[in-house]
Amino acid sequence: MKTDQLIDMLSTNLEPIKEGRLKKTLVWALVVGGAAAFCLMLTTVGLRTGVAEDFLPGYLALKLLFTLSLIGVGAALLERLMRPGQDGRKLFAFVFLPFFIVVCAGVASLVFGQPMAWGRMIFGMQWATCLLCIPLFAVVPFVALIWALRKGAPTNLTRTGAIAGLVAGALGATAYAFHCPDDSVPFIAIWYGTLVGLCGAIGAMIGPRLLRW
Amino acid sequence: MDVRSSEPELRALMIGGLDGGAAAYRTLLQKLSGQLRAYFKGHLSRISRGPVEAEDLVQEALIAVHTRRHTYDRSQLFTPWVYAIARYKFLDYLRRTKVNAADVPIDEVPELAVHDDSAHVESSLDLKRLLAELSPRARQTIQYVKLDGLSVSEAAVRSGMSESAVKVSVHRGLKALARLIREEKRS
Repeated sequence: MKTDQLIDMLSTNLEPIKEGRLKKTLVWALVVGGAAAFCLMLTTVGLRTGVAEDFLPGYLALKLLFTLSLIGVGAALLERLMRPGQDGRKLFAFVFLPFFIVVCAGVASLVFGQPMAWGRMIFGMQWATCLLCIPLFAVVPFVALIWALRKGAPTNLTRTGAIAGLVAGALGATAYAFHCPDDSVPFIAIWYGTLVGLCGAIGAMIGPRLLRW
Repeated sequence: MDVRSSEPELRALMIGGLDGGAAAYRTLLQKLSGQLRAYFKGHLSRISRGPVEAEDLVQEALIAVHTRRHTYDRSQLFTPWVYAIARYKFLDYLRRTKVNAADVPIDEVPELAVHDDSAHVESSLDLKRLLAELSPRARQTIQYVKLDGLSVSEAAVRSGMSESAVKVSVHRGLKALARLIREEKRS
């Protein structure tokens, strides 16, 4: 085939492109993925019980602050990573910031807390449920995000996969936070932090295979 | 041709193309094909591959530019966008053909083509044969709209599909074509 032939073919009956289509796709994936994770939480473990008695909304807010800040930075990064020539290098460092802050806060609250209470602060009541639920709730968001990213043209597939995994993990953790009965900062740092990070690592591993174009 | 001086021109052509200007778009692709050819030839000569492979890559990159043109952000520079696509396609080619990327000093040529290069060879791709591998619907709509030059509404009448279905079918068909070309060169 001659290249001129191809150029003729590509420019015949050219369709105009609407701006902002790509961003809309990404937002859709986040909304659908988040809603799916939340529904899965409602139908499996359910909302946190005993809300009236010993519920401390401060801790739910803290968990959401961690997960939502990750989702925010991650989504902004994905919007750049799905476009060739924009690697979002400046923004990339901010991904680590929520992890850093939550780990510092966790260590501080252990240091200032009673050593007797450390076990309960770290393992809480339901560490095993947390361990299962966050990755499980992250599956649908991850699939939705990969679907959206494939509509773009990511050129750094490992990094894009990692951020997609991280955002999916954070969406899973957001859903789980509405069930989570464990109110301690070390618990958030260890379990939320590690599991969301793990989702990112899995995304980095399988991203290149899923995102190739 | 200096790249920096051509950036505003290429970008204007690209934006014209995104708004549906076929003439601007055709000029853009012609200019790009020269730059891409020089870029791929330069890289391929280091791993002793010939001009036919370079032409394959030029065409693959042009199809990628076309099917992914919605990923270009009009507020950004155009050259880095094209360069990232060309670089991605070249690395993908190396991976598929199992050339050790460590042997190829890719970053030694950071700019996208400092000169133009006109085509003297054809690619190894056979458009008719590739089209034959598409689904009948995609093949038909691409034939009508992209090769015969029928308008979308004419093609819709002839194929008994709605206009939006024709558009979707052409878009998917071109993407499938890009996929076929990638697989073709896996060997």
